[in-house]
Amino acid sequence: MPNAERVSLEDVQRVAELAHLELEPDEASHMRRDLNAILDYVAQLTELDTANVAPMAQVSEVLAAAGEAPPVESQVLRADEVRPCLDRDKVMASAPETDSVYFKVPKVIER
Amino acid sequence: MTTTLAPLSIDSIRSSLVARESTAADIAEDCLARIARDDDRIHAYLSVDRDYALAQAAKIDALAASGQPLPKLAGVPIGIKDVLTLEGFPATAGSKILEGYCPPYTATAVRRLAEAGAVFPGKLNCDEFAMGSSNENSAYGPVHNPHALDRVPGGSSGGSAAAVAAGMAVASLGTDTGGSIRQPASFCGVVGVLPTYGRVSRYGLIAFASSLDRIGPFATNVRDAATVLGVIAGHDRMDATSSPLPVPDYAAEIDKGVAGMKLGVPAEYFAEGLDPEVRSAIEDGIERLRAAGAEIRKISLPHTRYAIPTYYVIATAEASSNLARFDGVRYGFRAPQSDTLAAMYRRTRDLGFGAEVKRRILLGTYVLSHGYYDAFYRKAQQVRRLLTDDFLAAFREVDAIVTPTAPTPAFKIGEKSDDPVAMYLADIYTVTASLAGICGLSVPCGASRDGLPIGMQILGRHFDEATIFRVGQALETLQKD
Repeated sequence: MPNAERVSLEDVQRVAELAHLELEPDEASHMRRDLNAILDYVAQLTELDTANVAPMAQVSEVLAAAGEAPPVESQVLRADEVRPCLDRDKVMASAPETDSVYFKVPKVIER
Repeated sequence: MTTTLAPLSIDSIRSSLVARESTAADIAEDCLARIARDDDRIHAYLSVDRDYALAQAAKIDALAASGQPLPKLAGVPIGIKDVLTLEGFPATAGSKILEGYCPPYTATAVRRLAEAGAVFPGKLNCDEFAMGSSNENSAYGPVHNPHALDRVPGGSSGGSAAAVAAGMAVASLGTDTGGSIRQPASFCGVVGVLPTYGRVSRYGLIAFASSLDRIGPFATNVRDAATVLGVIAGHDRMDATSSPLPVPDYAAEIDKGVAGMKLGVPAEYFAEGLDPEVRSAIEDGIERLRAAGAEIRKISLPHTRYAIPTYYVIATAEASSNLARFDGVRYGFRAPQSDTLAAMYRRTRDLGFGAEVKRRILLGTYVLSHGYYDAFYRKAQQVRRLLTDDFLAAFREVDAIVTPTAPTPAFKIGEKSDDPVAMYLADIYTVTASLAGICGLSVPCGASRDGLPIGMQILGRHFDEATIFRVGQALETLQKD
């Protein structure tokens, strides 16, 4: 396998921690193998010279800049008006644990 | 069960209701009976609500009885992919982490269908959070291809494609982030539409990759697909990326044919890796379009080979951010017996997410993390622009582009499930349009010797769905000759 050390087991554990994922030891080594295979494949992007290419986050910006489509609301601010939102009781009904006003969670700070 | 297609179309339902030859209740009952009879083998539906569907049908029948005009989709059974919300119904997104969740609001596209008189038999199976190309990543079990039960229906909208192919819905909604409507449409022998980014509101779609996610219809024919898109399309203040452009009357243009139209055939989509039977079916379809008066031009989309790596960086980066919201606090599943908040997050996500979702979250977190952002994420965003520029240049020369939808017909269940890169290559012809935000369509175009459907992908300019519907309608008509 080319460049098999691109992602180490420690890297996998560090990224899992950032993503709030808990991985079993065999799961972590499986993920390490897969991430290396995928990133080896992704590495072909380095063949391209993109020094003078502006990053593109999504298409609306490209179309608006080219005058090919009108801007969308994410590009122009709308009036700041109070509007109705979802009913609190309905929202709280979907949660695993609430006191009907707040979401309840296990303790945040360990002593 | 082989190639039984639904005998019903939107037009035939409408005329039978108007002539009072059948009722919406009859049509709904027939659809529910097919689900009861066949879905044990196909597993397209995750939930079916008979009472709700019959109540919707009863409203249509009351309208018809009082002689009032019927709305556009009156009495049409339409299945909904389970990543879209319908207030009070389960929305699992194919994941254990949303088991038991019933969202308190309805997606705009779903609401517009309901307002147009559609009847909802239920919610459709899909890959977990729409991540997959085979529907094998559903936490609730795979969907089987109605044309060959040992094969995948494609993914991620596998249930949406299979339900329509098996006549268990007349149309359905799916979502497409990298090919998740077009590829299953190809595998199941139905029509599937990728609308232009911004054409259909994403409000109420459980997000996977927000700059790529789109909602679109499946149907047995191009005209029905165009009708459903016409209903769900258009600006919505609940989605700030939805376009203010007016939605044309697609049906008015659809029969104009392809005479004089310039169709591009990109060399890169007919290279190594294309199954010979798919190649010959698509070349045959292109010949028919030429014979019908289209001008066929060879074109090049030179950055095509970089599309899959670009897609898997951008889509996973956005997914890692979007899926942070599933933490056991506000909805769905929470792992029991955790002492601290941090432990509860980790246990909930470990038990709630499947392997492919974790793989993508880890990859996305990695490419966004300190030291790798420029090398991977920024690089991919730059290549995304190059891929988009390829299309903008091509569309100065041609009116639409025709390609295979997928490199092979439907593969066997289990065939690729251990090799993520091989699975990702199933989307090699579809991810480019996803990254560029253009519209596309998959239309049935022949079959393999084994009788497996093959689809032609027709790609169009931004917001020019009308042209690809014309090409698709022409191809569909030419297939019947």
